[in-house]
Amino acid sequence: MLGDAFDLRTYTRQLGRSSTITVWIALLCLILFGLLRYDNFGSTYNIGSFLNYNSMFILISVGMCFVIMTGGIDLSVGSVAAFASVVAALLSPHGLWVALPGGILAGMAFGAVNAFIILVMRVPPFMATLATMLAAKGCALVLSGKQTVSVSWESNFTTLGMSSAFGILPWTILVTAIVVVAAWIVLEKTSLGRTVLAVGGSPDAAHLMGLKTGRAIAFVYLFSGACAGLAGVFLASGYGAGQPLEGVGWELAAIASVVVGGTLLTGGLGSIPATVAGALLFGLVFNILNFENGRGTISLSAYWQSVIRGGLLLLVILLQARVQSLGVRSKTS
Amino acid sequence: MTTPLLRMTGISKAFNGVPALARAELAVDRGEVHAIVGQNGAGKSTLIKILTGVYQRDEGEIAFDGAPSTIASPREAQERGVSTIYQELNLVPLRSVTENVVLGYEPRTRWGTIDWRGAHRRTGEILSRFGVDIDVKAPLATYPTAIQQLVAIARAVSLNAKLVIMDEPTSSLDEREVEVLFGVIRELKNSGTSILYVSHFLDELFEICDRVTIMRDGRTVGVANIAETTKLDLIAAMLGRSAAEIQTAGMTELAATGDRSGELLLEAEGVATNRRLRNLSLKVRRGEIVGLAGLLGSGRTEAARAIFGCDKPTAGRVAMKGTAIDCPRTAISRGIGYLTEDRKAEGIVPELSVRENMTLALLPQLSRMGLVDKAREREIVERFIRSLGIKAAHMDQKVSELSGGNQQKVLLGRWLAIQPALLILDEPTRGVDVGAKLEIQAIIRRYVDEGCGVILISSEFQELIEGADEIVVLQEGESVRTVSNPGVTEDMLVHAIAQPKAKEVDA
Ligand SMILES: Nc1ncnc2c1ncn2[C@@H]1O[C@H](COP(=O)(O)OP(=O)(O)OP(=O)(O)O)[C@@H](O)[C@H]1O
Ligand SMILES: [Mg+2]
Repeated sequence: MLGDAFDLRTYTRQLGRSSTITVWIALLCLILFGLLRYDNFGSTYNIGSFLNYNSMFILISVGMCFVIMTGGIDLSVGSVAAFASVVAALLSPHGLWVALPGGILAGMAFGAVNAFIILVMRVPPFMATLATMLAAKGCALVLSGKQTVSVSWESNFTTLGMSSAFGILPWTILVTAIVVVAAWIVLEKTSLGRTVLAVGGSPDAAHLMGLKTGRAIAFVYLFSGACAGLAGVFLASGYGAGQPLEGVGWELAAIASVVVGGTLLTGGLGSIPATVAGALLFGLVFNILNFENGRGTISLSAYWQSVIRGGLLLLVILLQARVQSLGVRSKTS
Repeated sequence: MTTPLLRMTGISKAFNGVPALARAELAVDRGEVHAIVGQNGAGKSTLIKILTGVYQRDEGEIAFDGAPSTIASPREAQERGVSTIYQELNLVPLRSVTENVVLGYEPRTRWGTIDWRGAHRRTGEILSRFGVDIDVKAPLATYPTAIQQLVAIARAVSLNAKLVIMDEPTSSLDEREVEVLFGVIRELKNSGTSILYVSHFLDELFEICDRVTIMRDGRTVGVANIAETTKLDLIAAMLGRSAAEIQTAGMTELAATGDRSGELLLEAEGVATNRRLRNLSLKVRRGEIVGLAGLLGSGRTEAARAIFGCDKPTAGRVAMKGTAIDCPRTAISRGIGYLTEDRKAEGIVPELSVRENMTLALLPQLSRMGLVDKAREREIVERFIRSLGIKAAHMDQKVSELSGGNQQKVLLGRWLAIQPALLILDEPTRGVDVGAKLEIQAIIRRYVDEGCGVILISSEFQELIEGADEIVVLQEGESVRTVSNPGVTEDMLVHAIAQPKAKEVDA
C-alpha cells in the first residue's frame, strides 16, 4: 500500500500516456472481427443505422465526460433525454426549428437545476442528480400523460432523425460529429476546458489559482443537460414519438463509455475522442451480437447482452489497469 | 511620506471560536521586500489568506493601492494585482507544468483559443530563468517537490502583480535555487513590485528583505528595519523571551558526538535504481545520525526511497540487521520508518484528525482483535502533542486546519510513535519555526541516544554539520565521499559537495 502511494509520480506519467490506448485497440479488434465474420457488417446500411442509433449514446457520453472530468457525476441524463423527447414531440407540429431548440432547452433547464443544487445548495453531485433524475422522469410522465407522444408527420420534424444530408450522411450523425468536435475544441483549446480539468484535478488549488471554478462546474452540467436534450430530440425524431419511459440505464451506459475511454472517475484527466470510442465500443458489442443472432448460431436475449456488456466493461478496465501498471510494476515489486 | 501599497489594521479572525488573529497589523511599502516572521501557528498564513479573500475577516480594515480593499476571492486578488504562492503548494498535479503556470492567463490565438505553442514557450522561458530545464508538457506530479515549488513561483511572478506574496517559498529549495529566487525578487523589486515574504530561514531575511513584521499568537508584536535588527532580536521577539535567555541555549540541538561504536543497523552496498540513483553505499549504526548532503537532483530522496524499499534496486543491496529490504512492508517490519519530503502528497491525510493522523502507522500495535485501545491512543497522542509543542485546538481537530509547521510536527510524531530502530527523515524541520526546530532536533537526538539510528536529509547545512555524526555526500546519484564529525565546517561541506568526484576527504 505504501509502495503505491510513493509511486504517484510514475503513476501519473503512465496514466497520461497509456490509458486511452486500450479502448482504441479494443475497438479496432471488434471492427476487424465484424468485417471478417459478417458479409453485411461493412455495408453503408449497417454503418449508417449503427451510427444513427448510437449517436444518442455518444452525445450523452460526451456530456458525461465533461461532468466526470470535474470530479462530478450526472445521473439524470437518461430521464432528461426522455423528458426532452416528450417536449420535442409536443412541439413538433411547429416544425423542427421550434422542437429542436425546445428539446435542447428542456435538457438545459434540468442542467441548470443540477448546477444550482450543486453550486448554491452545496449538495454532492451524486445526490443532486439522483434527485433530478427522479424529477425529470416524473415531469416526462406528467407531460405525456404516461403515454408515448406521437410526433407530427406533417412538419419537417422527422427530417432530423430519418433522413440524410446530401442523401448519404444521416443528419443525426452530422450533428453529433459537430457536437463532438466542438466539445473537443472546448476541452483542448479553451480556458474553460482547462479549468474543467483543473477543478477536477484539485478543487482547492483551482480556487486558489483564481480560476473561475463555479463557472466551469455550471458549464459542465448545462452542457450535459443540453447533450441529453439533443439526444431526446433525436429519439423523438428518429422513432416518431416522444417516449417518457425511455432512457432507463442510459446514465450507466454513458459512465461506462467514459470510464472505458480512460477518463479518471475522480476527475482531472480525460479525453473526448476516447470517450466516443468507448461509446462506439459498447454499441458494437450489441451490433455484433445482433449479427450473431441473425446467423442463428446463438440466440441471446437483451438480458444476456447486458451481461456481456458488463463483462466487457470489466475486461477493458482490467486491461487498462495492467497497461498502466506495467511500467510501475517493473520497478517496484 | 507616501501611503503604503498595503495597510492592514486591526485584523481579527477566529475559527470556530478559537482566535487565530487578534488585531494584527501589516503595512507594505511600494517596491519593498517585506518579511513576516513568527512561530508556527502565529497567524502568518491566515493574515495572507484574509488579504487574498480565501478567508473573510471578522474585523479590521484593509487598504490596498490607495483604496479600501473589497477583495472577496483569490480571483479578485489576482485581478487587483496580488499574486500569491500559498504555503501548501497549490497546483494541480495531474495537469501539465504549462497549464499550472498559465492557467487563467493563457496566451490566445486570433481565434480566441489557447495558443499552446506560445504557452509552452513562455513557460519554458520563465522556468529557464530559474535554471530549470524540463519538459513543460509533462504532468506536474512527475517532478520533485523543489521543481513544483519553482513552478508555483514562476506562476506568481509571471502575473505582473503589484504585490507578490510568498509563503515559505524556499522550503524545498537548495541554496543555488534560493539564490536564483533572490535574483528574481531583486528584479521584481527594481521594477517597483512589492514582495511579502514569509520564511522560517531567518538568514534569508537579512539577505533579501528591507523590513520585517514580527507576529506572535495572532498579534503583530513588532516592525523593524532589517538593517537595524539582529537574528537574536528577531528570535527573541518571536518567542516572546529575552535575547540573553536564548543566547545561552545555542543554535541547534542536535550536538553530534562522533561516537561510532554502535552495532551496525543498516548497510547499503552499491545500490542503484531506475530513479537516478546510481551507486549508493552507506552504513548506519546504533546511536548515530547519518546525514545525506548534495545538490538538488543529487539523489538524496532517491537514496531514501531505495533504502525504504520503494524502488527496487537494479544493482547492489540494502540490508537491515542482515535482512535484505526489498519493499516498504519488509522495511517497516524490520523497524524502518520514513518521513517523506512531500507531506501533502504522501503523508498527511487532510480529512482525518490530528489523533488519527498521528496513530495511523501505530494502529496495528494499538489494536487488540480489531479494536483500538482508545485510552492508550489518547495517552500517546497527548504525549507527542506536548513534547513536540503542536499547536492544535484539541486532538480531534482536522489536521488540515493546523498551520503548515504544525502539520509537519504531526507527521514526525507519527513515525516517532512507532519507535522504529531506524528512522529516515527527509527534511524533518522544513517549515518549522526556530523554536520548534530546536525542540525537534532535541527529540531526534534523544531518540538516537536511546540506541536508534537516523538518516537525516536536510538542505540546511547547519543542521547537517551540527547534527550528523557522519555526512555522506551525493553527486548525481552516487555517494562520492563521507565527512565525519567532529570538526566538519560549512566550508568543508560546501567544498565536499561541489568538488568533482574523488575518494575520501579527511575530516
Ligand atoms: N481553516 C482553519 N480552521 C481552523 N483553524 C485554523 C484554520 N486555518 C488556520 N487555523 C489556525 O489558526 C492558527 C494560525 O495558523 P496559520 O496557518 O496562520 O499559522 P502560520 O503562522 O502560518 O504558521 P506556520 O509557520 O506553521 O505556517 C493556527 O493555530 C491554526 O491551527
Ligand atoms: Mg503558514
